[in-house]
Amino acid sequence: MISDFPPAALLILGALLVPFFKGNARNWYVILLPAVAFYLISQLQVGSSWQVHFFGFDLTFLRVDKLSKVFGYIFTLNAVAAFVYAFYLKDSTQHMAALLYIGSAIGVVFAGDLVSFYFFWEVMAVTSTFLILSRKTKKAQAAGMRYIMVHIFGGLCLLAGIVIYITETGSIAFNAMADRNLGTYLILIGLLVNAAAPPIHAWLPDAYPEATVTGGVILSAYTTKTAVYTLVRGFPGWEILIVVGCIMTIYGIIYALLENDMRRILAYSIINQVGFMVCGVGIGTMMSLNGTVAHAFCHIIYKSLLWMSAGSVLYMVGKSKCTDLGGLYKTMPWTLIFGGIGALSISSFPATSGFTSKSLIIDGAIHEHLVWVWLVLEVASAGVFLHAGIKFPYFVFFAKDKGLRPGETNKPMLIAMAFMSFMCIFLGLHPQPLYNILPYEVHYQAYTFNHVVAQLQLLMLSALVFFLFLKLLKRTETISIDTDWFYRKGGRLFYYITDKVLNGINRLSDRVFVGGLAGALGRVSRRGPEILTLGAMIPLWSAGGARGKALQDKIEKTRATLRTGASPIGITAALATIFLVVVFLLM
Amino acid sequence: MKQKKEFDWFERPESIKKMWIMLYVVCGLLVVPDFFTHRHAYFGFDGFLGFYALLGFVSCSLLILFSKFVGLVLKAKEDYYDK
Repeated sequence: MISDFPPAALLILGALLVPFFKGNARNWYVILLPAVAFYLISQLQVGSSWQVHFFGFDLTFLRVDKLSKVFGYIFTLNAVAAFVYAFYLKDSTQHMAALLYIGSAIGVVFAGDLVSFYFFWEVMAVTSTFLILSRKTKKAQAAGMRYIMVHIFGGLCLLAGIVIYITETGSIAFNAMADRNLGTYLILIGLLVNAAAPPIHAWLPDAYPEATVTGGVILSAYTTKTAVYTLVRGFPGWEILIVVGCIMTIYGIIYALLENDMRRILAYSIINQVGFMVCGVGIGTMMSLNGTVAHAFCHIIYKSLLWMSAGSVLYMVGKSKCTDLGGLYKTMPWTLIFGGIGALSISSFPATSGFTSKSLIIDGAIHEHLVWVWLVLEVASAGVFLHAGIKFPYFVFFAKDKGLRPGETNKPMLIAMAFMSFMCIFLGLHPQPLYNILPYEVHYQAYTFNHVVAQLQLLMLSALVFFLFLKLLKRTETISIDTDWFYRKGGRLFYYITDKVLNGINRLSDRVFVGGLAGALGRVSRRGPEILTLGAMIPLWSAGGARGKALQDKIEKTRATLRTGASPIGITAALATIFLVVVFLLM
Repeated sequence: MKQKKEFDWFERPESIKKMWIMLYVVCGLLVVPDFFTHRHAYFGFDGFLGFYALLGFVSCSLLILFSKFVGLVLKAKEDYYDK
């Protein structure tokens, strides 16, 4: 049945055929695949499922409800735009990796059980790494390695959690987790690694900015948003997520303000934005969960758009540091305009999609009377305009003219950006089509006079502060140290400490055992018979009347025979007998 | 052949001055509606005149100053990890 065909399978199997296409046909093919997947998802009936019996488990590869469908829509829609943007690209490895990555992200979203969910989750981690490695720079190779190591750690936490959970509950179904025990907390940690929650977030700003031009666009959408999906599915109303989310919103802003690399600024702003969504999951009401899903939907669009505009600058100029960029409005006006629309959307400017989605989360906090949460989210909203809304476009396109005259980027890139810009404004002005596909019913009006005025006050004063403090925000040629320090520098520190400690122990045991004990043992075994013999013989000789020189002679003679091993058999046998008698008596 | 002059409006001192004036005027005008409309206060303290403007101004100033402060410790040379 076409209506029950898992859309993930289409992309994953389709990816394997990519090498058979050449030139433009390949580019059209990769655009067409997610477009067909989008159509398939629109045909899926809510409530239908597709199960496979496997090793004693009933694996549900397709679980269709409103929540999985809305993520399916945006994942495929974004994929179409990303592949249009990547039309210039003649690299089938990247296209294959991207399709497998997107396909497995859709697999996660439609997985109805923990086993198949975990399978797709791991495929995502592996395939996404190739989008980083394909940059083929030394930095990208190193960042890619760190990226996969962190995800292996997260995957192991998740696996351990899933095993404990299945053992305890006896069920592999992936639904809201009620019990709070070791198993569910391990699952939560595994998911939060992918959601880039501090302190396990540093893989994101470390690796994404090292990815290829299109790799950055694609990566920005899927890993963190599948994590958001799984949190909505498994952990709604877990209060700890409110705290985690609030920390993420502020953390992202602080680091984005410190950063010099434009794509690293955008990477930190992902953490900031996902923070809003995680917070919405923690609040856990229908309104805030709707808000989280709506915000994820809009976020994927405007964040892709921002990465696209940064990507076209990188593609045309080959530079990504703010200190190297500036004055590009003269030669890249369309990239500026589209990037600007993305910047306004992420800042929740009225008439853009961020305004109609983020307000749901913030109102969710108000309805629950969470005053501190509300305040943090408002402060973070103002801060978004600072770092992503103004800082990114200002330092890249305006600021100081660095004499760069690259010219506008290629047409497919502009078409993709135009489409995403249209979506940002369309959902900003007409959010109802989006509200209709959210998991719960929505009765919400974002555009009240007071709400618009309040939001504009917040944002325009934020803009004023930016320009008043411009001197303090002057870019420096620096990087900012984040928690990846612990496994980049800390690794070396760890090496140093273990080197000192373990090799110290080594040297000490060498001295004690090899130099000391072994020598002593050698001496004992060499001189043992001598001591035993003399110990037994001296009293006998003394009793026999030997004194002084005569006794000394006897002792020397015995020593000499024992050292050369030349004692007569009779004496050896006598000694052995004495020894056995002594041992027997002692026992 | 005379080269076409580049569009450089955003760099001219007089346009920068104009943009500053615009920014101040917009910020000022946005507080005006607060005189005439009553905004429902959710938590009691958020209903007063120009609350969101003040919130935006204060929070952004603090965010910048705080990031500047932590930047003293967290900023490192670009080749920090290569050494």
